[in-house]
Amino acid sequence: MKPLSIVLIEKIPERAVLITEALRAECEVTVIDSDQGLARRIAEIAPDLVLIDVANPSRDTLEELSLASSPMERPVAMFVDRSDRDLTRAAIEAGLSAYVVNGLRAERLRPVLDAAIARFHLFQRMRAELTATRAALEERKIVDRAKGIVMKARGIGEDEAYALLRRTAMDQKKKIAEIAQAILTAADLLK
Amino acid sequence: MSHLSVTAGFLPLIDAAPLIVARELAFAEEEGLDLTLRRAPSWSALRDLLTFGQVDAASMLSPIPVAQALGLGGGAAALDALMVTSLGGEMIALPDHIARQLDGVDRADPFALRAALPMPLRIGVPFPFSIHAELLYRWLGEGITVQTVPPPLLPDAMAAGELDLFIVGEPWATGAMDRGIASLLLPGTTIWRAPPDKVLAMRHDRAEADPDLTGRLMRAVWRACRWLRLRENRITAAEIMARRPYLDLPPDLIERAMDSGVEFFEGCATFPWRSQAEWIGARLARRHGLDVAQARHAAQAVFRSDLYRLHLGPAGADLPAASSRLEGAVSEPGLHPAAAGRVLLLPDRFFDGAVFDPDTA
Repeated sequence: MKPLSIVLIEKIPERAVLITEALRAECEVTVIDSDQGLARRIAEIAPDLVLIDVANPSRDTLEELSLASSPMERPVAMFVDRSDRDLTRAAIEAGLSAYVVNGLRAERLRPVLDAAIARFHLFQRMRAELTATRAALEERKIVDRAKGIVMKARGIGEDEAYALLRRTAMDQKKKIAEIAQAILTAADLLK
Repeated sequence: MSHLSVTAGFLPLIDAAPLIVARELAFAEEEGLDLTLRRAPSWSALRDLLTFGQVDAASMLSPIPVAQALGLGGGAAALDALMVTSLGGEMIALPDHIARQLDGVDRADPFALRAALPMPLRIGVPFPFSIHAELLYRWLGEGITVQTVPPPLLPDAMAAGELDLFIVGEPWATGAMDRGIASLLLPGTTIWRAPPDKVLAMRHDRAEADPDLTGRLMRAVWRACRWLRLRENRITAAEIMARRPYLDLPPDLIERAMDSGVEFFEGCATFPWRSQAEWIGARLARRHGLDVAQARHAAQAVFRSDLYRLHLGPAGADLPAASSRLEGAVSEPGLHPAAAGRVLLLPDRFFDGAVFDPDTA
């Protein structure tokens, strides 16, 4: 069987790589990373399936392709509803929309979309983890600096300074990082 | 009192004002609704949110529910237009190199402009099913080629020289002119004085199954439209709409964009005339090679003037005597027959004076 031809409209290189890797074995994937002349480029490639981030405003351009009526252009219809509502819902919830050429059979579509949805989720998780790690690192830096200021000002050891920060945070029902930030701000003002 | 939860979707545009005001000024709360608003990135995304029940209602381009009823486009569920939430507000704009070719042409004369435009033009519209696209086809004829350019991508498309003309709603038009990428050619209302631009849309099965919720939401949005009719309220509205979850833009830009001639209320603006839907349906059918009579019949059922009468009559809305009218027949503001007494109707003429008669097939 001829491999499915897929256009992936994706501006985030990391996500494009993730999805392409997942689909490469079964499909020919073309990644488009800009909005310029989108409809024309898709018409030229004439794919079986177009995958696009739900949040991308260019989705509305794809809608136009579903109206293409010239025999040279392949009609593209969004696959929603037609066969598999659950699958569509899963895709939309993952943040993915898929446009398929009329007549593409559900059993060929399903594994591709399942893989793409899984990669969308994976990417979201990775990004959330990265953001959380960055924030934690940032907080640790702030706490370390505040600790140093407290140690110097009061002539106490590191553990004691940290305990003081933690106790103050608990008393004021705030995060340690917030107390630390307040100390840094105050220290800056008093310089 | 426990409130009914309801979620409505919108795109960050001036005419999302009725929904935003309904929430922020507690018109929804007065109806016992806990109204949550959800901003969507595109019209197709908003339609899917509505189709798959992630939002209960949406501020929608008026031709989308009609196209759906005709089987056009990628949607999957029947949608109802419960009421019209804005008339007009579209702006036709063009880059300098085209504008220069129109030097000396009377900008107020759509015939002279049409004759002077260098054809063929590459024309951008926000969505294939939009009153924006219909206005351009109505003005320049069915032979033109339009392409969909989502408004956030307009600056790039203009910079890349991909467009010769575009029509867009506010605040995109004012934004484009501020940035100097285009100048105003004429407002959409020059082509049709009162084009129904946005509607409050709901899934047909949902509106039928839950008349109580539907009625509450319609009353809340209708009262927001009534509040918006006063110019002095629009400054407040602009401040609210400028906030981050809504348009996330400077309030002064929104305030200026609100002055683009969009009508939220006066002259029975909110009444969903069956004839408006029929006009849209007939235009779409002709362009896409569908049976026009069938399309007109299917289209008119989408604009729910019956629900409007049911839910908004008791709330005090003006109710015209008929639910269909001659489109384009009102030249001067005037009083017309109503279900009780008379109602004020505002001009709705087409630029060429033609009248669309829903009674002739």
